[in-house]
Amino acid sequence: MAEQTASGYIQHHLQNLTFGKTQTGDWGFAHTAQEAKEMGFWAFHVDTLGWSVALGLIFILLFRMAAKKATSGQPGGLQNFVEVMIEFVDTSVKDSFHGRNKLIAPLALTIFVWVFLMNAVDLVPVDWIPQLAILISGDHHIPFRAVSTTDPNATLGMALSVFALIIFYSIKVKGIGGFIGELTLHPFGSKNIAVQILLIPVNFLLEFVTLVAKPISLALRLFGNMYAGELVFILIAVMFGSGLLWLSGLGVALQWAWAVFHILIITLQAFIFMMLTIVYLSMAHEDNH
Amino acid sequence: MNINATLIGQSVAFFIFVLFCMKFVWPPVIAALQERQKKIADGLDAASRAARDLELAHEKVGQQLREAKTQAAEIIEQAKKRATQIVDEARDQARVEGERLKAQAQAEIEQELNSVKDALRAQLGGLAISGAEKILGATIDQNAHAELVSKLAAEI
Repeated sequence: MAEQTASGYIQHHLQNLTFGKTQTGDWGFAHTAQEAKEMGFWAFHVDTLGWSVALGLIFILLFRMAAKKATSGQPGGLQNFVEVMIEFVDTSVKDSFHGRNKLIAPLALTIFVWVFLMNAVDLVPVDWIPQLAILISGDHHIPFRAVSTTDPNATLGMALSVFALIIFYSIKVKGIGGFIGELTLHPFGSKNIAVQILLIPVNFLLEFVTLVAKPISLALRLFGNMYAGELVFILIAVMFGSGLLWLSGLGVALQWAWAVFHILIITLQAFIFMMLTIVYLSMAHEDNH
Repeated sequence: MNINATLIGQSVAFFIFVLFCMKFVWPPVIAALQERQKKIADGLDAASRAARDLELAHEKVGQQLREAKTQAAEIIEQAKKRATQIVDEARDQARVEGERLKAQAQAEIEQELNSVKDALRAQLGGLAISGAEKILGATIDQNAHAELVSKLAAEI
């Protein structure tokens, strides 16, 4: 990395490993940011997907292992941990969600643990995983981003899934009429039908923005926090590359301080994502708007 | 930083994980938790029941102990009474027996005395007659004067 400029280093760190259709018409990896952009929509960020699926599998297998051996007797270490997580999520769900839905609690658990794990990769020093990718692939310019939640695709993917669930349960609980009514007859209502008809577009505009803002804010909040955190780590890492001893020393101290602070952020963001999902779905289940 | 199909991949992975979690992770753990909750509740229940039983048993034991003490006291009392009664009876019997023996002895003594008196009287009668014979120098017809002699003997 020493031969790179600081901006080159940063840009390299913010570049995903993209797999898609290249200009020549073949499927392959993009080598530059330009190439990745030209692939259009039908391209995949292999690093994002790979890490998120791997971490998801770790979560699933770890919890499945504990669940298989779950006893009501004395719990072992793993079961204890899993039980603590599940009880924590269960309490959060019971506090905010009053309907009856078997999906909500496991959904919240998956979100919390998965997002937390993806965020936690941020604590690994920024160069380690990309360097590992370079070692494995042998390509010195291979871009690789390890933290899936710094990719808006990942956060938006989850947020849109939650959004789909919001719409699904809204329609399931209130019916299509009820759902449309919720979008168009509030917050302004009138007994006079003519006035009501006039108010419908206004209501729809307001409610539609409210509805769409949910997944967008959900996705962008997580993405923004993690992206900013990652960027700060990268900037601190640039200090190491400066070659100045005092700057590198300052970098070590800052790296440590930011990592400690980041432990709070990654947990908090995972928790917020989970909590908001529960709240949004709870709102979707409530009929008395 | 491009929005692309990664989005779809992430969504699919998300749903798969959620479904797996819902089917295979959540139910067994929650079931175990609920079962343990029930077990603990039952255990606490049993403990409080046992404590109550213990208290009852203590009370019962105390009561039985008190009863036993009273009974023992009663029995001792009765035994004492009986003992004094037996002693009294024995004393009475002894006294009666003593008196009876005394009376018998007295009767025997009397009888002896009477018979000795009779013998003495008879001898005295004989002596008186022989004395009189010697004084008179003649034999008194025993038969003729028997009445007189016995009258005399009776007077002595």
